[in-house]
Amino acid sequence: MTSLTINGPARLVGADINTDYIISSRRKRVTIDPDALQLHIFEDYNAEFGQSLKPDDIIVAGKNFGCGSAMEVAVTVVRAAGISCVLAPSFARAYYRNAINNGLLPVICDTSSIQEGDTLSIVSEGNDIHVTNTSRDISIGAASLSSMMIEILKTGGLTEYLRKHGDFPSEI
Amino acid sequence: MPSSSVTPATISEKILSAHCGRECRAGESVVCKVDAAMATDGSAPMAIDYFNKMGGKKLAEPQSMIFALDHYAPPDNPATVELQDRIRRFSEEQGNTLYDIGAGIGHQLMIERGHVKPGQLIVGADSHSVAYGAANVFATGVGSSDLAAVMLTGKLWFKVPESIRVTLTGKLPNGVDAKDIALEINRTLDPAEASYRTLEFQGDGAASLTFEERMLLTNMSTDAGAKAGVFAADATTTAYLNAGDDVGVAVHADKDAVYALDLNIDLDQLTPRLARPPVDGAAAEIVGIEQDLGTPVDMVYLGTCTGGRKSDLERALNVLRTGGTKHKRVQLIVTPASDRVYSDLATEGMLAEFIALGALVMTPGCGSCCGTCGTIPGNEKVVMSAANRNFTGRMGNAKARVYLASPEACAAAAITGEITDPRTFLEAQQ
Repeated sequence: MTSLTINGPARLVGADINTDYIISSRRKRVTIDPDALQLHIFEDYNAEFGQSLKPDDIIVAGKNFGCGSAMEVAVTVVRAAGISCVLAPSFARAYYRNAINNGLLPVICDTSSIQEGDTLSIVSEGNDIHVTNTSRDISIGAASLSSMMIEILKTGGLTEYLRKHGDFPSEI
Repeated sequence: MPSSSVTPATISEKILSAHCGRECRAGESVVCKVDAAMATDGSAPMAIDYFNKMGGKKLAEPQSMIFALDHYAPPDNPATVELQDRIRRFSEEQGNTLYDIGAGIGHQLMIERGHVKPGQLIVGADSHSVAYGAANVFATGVGSSDLAAVMLTGKLWFKVPESIRVTLTGKLPNGVDAKDIALEINRTLDPAEASYRTLEFQGDGAASLTFEERMLLTNMSTDAGAKAGVFAADATTTAYLNAGDDVGVAVHADKDAVYALDLNIDLDQLTPRLARPPVDGAAAEIVGIEQDLGTPVDMVYLGTCTGGRKSDLERALNVLRTGGTKHKRVQLIVTPASDRVYSDLATEGMLAEFIALGALVMTPGCGSCCGTCGTIPGNEKVVMSAANRNFTGRMGNAKARVYLASPEACAAAAITGEITDPRTFLEAQQ
């Protein structure tokens, strides 16, 4: 059983963060290169916040994170900023799938007790995810992932999964 | 595994079962054959990149892969032209269908050009791909990587969703629009409840809706947070799709199918609604139009995959005719959803009427909806839009304030220069 641990400071955003707030649609008409788009991350939501993001930060959101457009740059731009995990009580499904496909771990959990800057530890073990707010010594229950999601994440994303397997199995 | 005669099923469960080769029910994960897939110039370049990185050489099913250049129609800079040229080159190599700039919005073309039939499973790399559910299809929006998986394999994995039964009763009153139903659903339903679920529309009110009204409701099911929206197939579906010999396989929900939630809307009681511009990054508040009457309006936007079809523009024009003139401050933009809609407007004289009113008629496509082409509203300007989304910055200017409403309410605002109940004009007609 593989396990993965992510430690980092909580960076708080609100509820219903749509993909246009993560990266504006008008930016991707010029480039889809995540490293270039990263300069504009969260600009229409809170540009200052976007620019303050550092690698290993953990984005902690309210409900319905990633709603709106299914545009995948809203995930790759977060990855390009060095972030590998987003916590929210619920995600828009296209964002959730895009996250898995690009190796961004989406964790469904109650985020209400987490404050800006809290140190979080996220451990993914088998299908289960454990979240600990080490600053406050609080353990937070998180939804587990399906086996298919684990397979994709473990292989490094959907691209690597399909490059390796060439196809989906008939039963998952 | 229980057979369908034993375990009643929703439309989503039946369509996914038919495409994964076994009976499946909500909560299971399955791999399904995908009947058709759509990507736009907003999503196809990235999908092509993923496809190449996956080792893709040939599309699994080129005949059912549809690309539409609709988000940047026309493009305003060389970098965007290059993104579109990559799509053109790829499609030429692979032999898949490409709708170039000016043909219209991909979602509209999927339905209009016969790519969608009852009983199918379709994905699109655009969140409003859910619109095809109006044709009794299980359709959902995906990202570019999932689309690339379909390009490579012709298949995709799905978690079978639970369904929410949305029962519509009665009939829409004059001046109240399918848009108002969608806004009412979005006002009532918590996105966290809708998430990963299908909205299955039922009831005599659903049956009374035109096909284009059904498309609006399935289109905006993603804005309610749902995975899909679906209607049963009936004579309205068959007549609209005009599919010729292959009419597809109509799928109905079993009487005792299990629903996660019930939502009932009495159309007789419904009144015009508005989605207000979001404040401080929060979700848009949806209110009755009476709460914001008199708010000055600077721009009126008629168009998009939600409000740019012929019937939408016809209903807006009906209100505009009653008013007679456009308010001088208001910039009125019309973006037909497709070249066919555009051509129908011309043939039937409506285009001339819009032009006489001082409307700017733009290239068929997504237009100003997400600020990637078309006219951009100025700082602090107020827009009344027939579109589906009004996130801050959505029309290309984070300092503009965008209200969402029905085409009729948008037209009423174009006449008076302020938020106005469209029924005032429609009642005057009677």
